[in-house]
Amino acid sequence: MIDMALWIALALFCAAILLNFYRAVVGPSLPDRILAVDTMYMNSIALIVLFGIWVNNKDYFEAALLIAMLGFVSTIAICKYLLRGDIIE
Amino acid sequence: MIPPTRWLPMPVLSLLLLVVWLMLQQSVALGQWILGGLLAILIPMICRPFWERQPTIKRPLKLVGYVFRVLGDIVTANLQVSKLILDPRGRMRPAFVEYPLTLKGNFPITILASTITMTPGTVSAHLRLDGRTLLIHALDVGDINALIDDIHQRYERPLLEIFES
Amino acid sequence: MLETIIEGVIAFMLIAGGAFAFIGSLGLTHLKDFYMRLHGPSKTTTLGVGCTLIGSLIYFSREDGPIIQELLITIFAFITAPVSAHMLAKSALHHKLKPDPRTRGNPVELESEKPKHAVEEAPQGDSPLP
Repeated sequence: MIDMALWIALALFCAAILLNFYRAVVGPSLPDRILAVDTMYMNSIALIVLFGIWVNNKDYFEAALLIAMLGFVSTIAICKYLLRGDIIE
Repeated sequence: MIPPTRWLPMPVLSLLLLVVWLMLQQSVALGQWILGGLLAILIPMICRPFWERQPTIKRPLKLVGYVFRVLGDIVTANLQVSKLILDPRGRMRPAFVEYPLTLKGNFPITILASTITMTPGTVSAHLRLDGRTLLIHALDVGDINALIDDIHQRYERPLLEIFES
Repeated sequence: MLETIIEGVIAFMLIAGGAFAFIGSLGLTHLKDFYMRLHGPSKTTTLGVGCTLIGSLIYFSREDGPIIQELLITIFAFITAPVSAHMLAKSALHHKLKPDPRTRGNPVELESEKPKHAVEEAPQGDSPLP
């Protein structure tokens, strides 16, 4: 049962990342692209966790934690740059 | 809450750091307690100049109730937004709403803005520089005044009681 | 029996997480303007990833005791998602992105003003940056 669910969830997350990629390429404005990349890293966290379940190894969580932290900080930094033209005031 | 002392300028942050350290290490051995305790004392001492004054939580029990209410609302919010996105006719009524704030402190306003973003159909977009109005974008709203009233009753009133009563 | 129920819960969490994340990305792709697109990822994707993490937490907790590390990522995601949504909305307002014509309300931040740049540092092409 879990195998089946794992495959469905993997397929859904991959489709989600493809949609994000579409928006990141097409996106008419800069905030659109940032939003798409932001969503993409959120989805990739889930993808890594699912991979961890697949190979039955719980250490993959640390990679997920690192992606979560770096992704958040970089989103905020790019937004800051768009707002002020400067990251550290 | 816990009063700050010379060695622990921010007791709540220290406690949080210790708990997160123990959760990350996944053990409660004596060594981890000592190392975590050391970090919990050192980190707040080093980064105290960056921080604002710590807010005082007057009613911790109400805060727990608030957290559970928000968790429940997040689930309903997601079902609503999913329904709106999947609706093939795409009948949405987006609107910018200006929400008048009665909260004063920076920290309570931050919590209110985050709550608004996570709950049904609204994203907080901009806090005006005067700190009096919050600009909200709503995905599907019929009556704007009802939305403002709802946010006030449901989220701002409890936060006022928790932080500023 | 209990094993079956727990497996069912894990499977449900994984599929629900995937479905929520997919719907969020669908919203990101096909809604009309930026402010509406912001709703999908900020709420739905966060809950989707949270559901997946909780499913994985239950999965690994079955064998050797509770594993609470993954709760940390969930809490972190739920705290940071509103903050980045707020920052994105702020930068979109700063760039004066046009909202959908059906949008009611006309915030001051979106009203056009005279260009502040001097001629020699005027924005090039469509780029908002000088």
